[in-house]
Amino acid sequence: MMNQVEAIFLKATSFITGEEFWRGVVAIIVFFIFWEVGSRSEAWSGFAFPWISQVPPPTAVLLEMFKLIQEPSFWHSAYLSTLRVFEGFIAAMIVGIPLGLAMAVSRVFYGITFPVFEVLRPIPPLAWVPASIIFWPTQELSIAFVTFLGAFFTIVINVIGGARAIDVRYFQAARSMGSSTWDIFRRIILPGTLPSIVVGATVGVGITWAVVVAAEMISGGGSAGSMGGAAGGGLGFFIWNSYVGGSYTQIVAGMISIGIAGYISSAAIRKLGDLLTPWLAEG
Amino acid sequence: MAHIASTQINAPTSFGSEIVVKNVSKSYGTDVFTKEVVQNCSFTIERSKLTVMIGPSGCGKSTLIRLLAGFERPNSGTVKVDDKPVTGPGVDRLVCFQETALFPWMTTYDNIMYGPRARGEDTPEMRDFAEALLQKVGLAAFRKKYPSQLSGGMQRRAELARCMINKPAVMILDEPFRGLDAMTKRLMQEYYANLYNEFRRTTFFVTTDIDEAIYLADRILIMSNIPTRVSSVIDVDLPRPRNAENITESDEANAIKMQALQLLHQEAMKSFARGSKAAADFIEAYSKRISKD
Repeated sequence: MMNQVEAIFLKATSFITGEEFWRGVVAIIVFFIFWEVGSRSEAWSGFAFPWISQVPPPTAVLLEMFKLIQEPSFWHSAYLSTLRVFEGFIAAMIVGIPLGLAMAVSRVFYGITFPVFEVLRPIPPLAWVPASIIFWPTQELSIAFVTFLGAFFTIVINVIGGARAIDVRYFQAARSMGSSTWDIFRRIILPGTLPSIVVGATVGVGITWAVVVAAEMISGGGSAGSMGGAAGGGLGFFIWNSYVGGSYTQIVAGMISIGIAGYISSAAIRKLGDLLTPWLAEG
Repeated sequence: MAHIASTQINAPTSFGSEIVVKNVSKSYGTDVFTKEVVQNCSFTIERSKLTVMIGPSGCGKSTLIRLLAGFERPNSGTVKVDDKPVTGPGVDRLVCFQETALFPWMTTYDNIMYGPRARGEDTPEMRDFAEALLQKVGLAAFRKKYPSQLSGGMQRRAELARCMINKPAVMILDEPFRGLDAMTKRLMQEYYANLYNEFRRTTFFVTTDIDEAIYLADRILIMSNIPTRVSSVIDVDLPRPRNAENITESDEANAIKMQALQLLHQEAMKSFARGSKAAADFIEAYSKRISKD
């Protein structure tokens, strides 16, 4: 136990003292200095950097974020977006994994479904927004549906690819040792596909965040107004409203919030994936 | 417990089955694209003997194994196990695959117990047997490790144990020690020879290594290049248990080796005449040895 703690400590210290780490830190600091100087240079020296001079400086954005996190309406927006992401994402997993497995296992089913699937797949989720607003009874459902589409195709494609890539000798070995078809499915195909499912889910959840924000912007934020004006409709609607209201620091603060939320979601799924696939761990 | 388990190991239920391959042909592709891989091939894998098949790489050995295991069916001819024709894969003929086919998502123990569990035989006796096998292959301390956490030699031993727990009537080993470094390979051969001496179950062992073949075999089948047939059979009557060092010095073993090399050389020349690149490599490697010896 003590050794383990020591090892983790050693690993952490060697990481912090390592070249890699400091290169990263320096890069981030330089990036922020460049941004700060670029956006304030016009006020300081009269020289306006192209592009960057239009962007609010990072210190102002940080200040704005500090104000925002004290506002319940901002958290309500973040909550609404997160909820939609997870509704869509979980629905995509529930529908996508069995569908992908069925398509990988059955040649007939694949022959029937794949052409339809491949025609629908290239349609960008955002192109579905108007149609889904018409089809679904509530705004909330139509946003969740578009989010679902964002993750769905990636997950299905990954499941099919993963199941197909399983070494044929595993099936031969299992069959020789007396496995039934159900046994092979449960103990070979399912665990064999799991790493690809995790990859699909990690990529899928990122796309889901991209899609939910855009869907909220286009559809006007679903339940906008429930918490009063700008903050009611999720982070996408929040950004759009900040744009309409001319608050540029809020736009950037909203963008950064989405980045952080997306990062946390991907990291959580990757972590969960590591727990589900212990055999892929190093050592 | 260890005592009970070891008596179980030491009491083989039978000495295995006999496989008779008769006039088997197998080709792939259709019409003008047909490639005949096995042609009119006949041989017998004798009961409780260790039959080694040796032949140039890419000569269709793996195809023959798939036919024996029942993963594929021959185009003509028959494969019979104790007079019963092979119709599909079965637990009576288990294959130890090249480079191992352990399930990466299962621990060593779960891999070994795969067969019994698949057949609903997860009994205390089976668990004891698995335990005894883990001891026997020296993996008791690695039971909870995944295959990727084992060394190459350990993986091969785990795969052997995974086959042996099912008490197959015939074990088919497809170049089981291929890709190991020379030292580990030597250890695995000695280790495997001991296992065989203990169980004496019918074994079909495929290799491209002539020293390995002589060290292990009761009979050596020398295969022709594609399309595969048995070109000759050499009986190896060296006493068991064999010692790898003694074998390299024994005149009898050297005579067998010369005979086998010459036969393989002839095969290589024939296929070289037909334009095989692999054969050219073989001729270059072995011409020197034949002239030197």
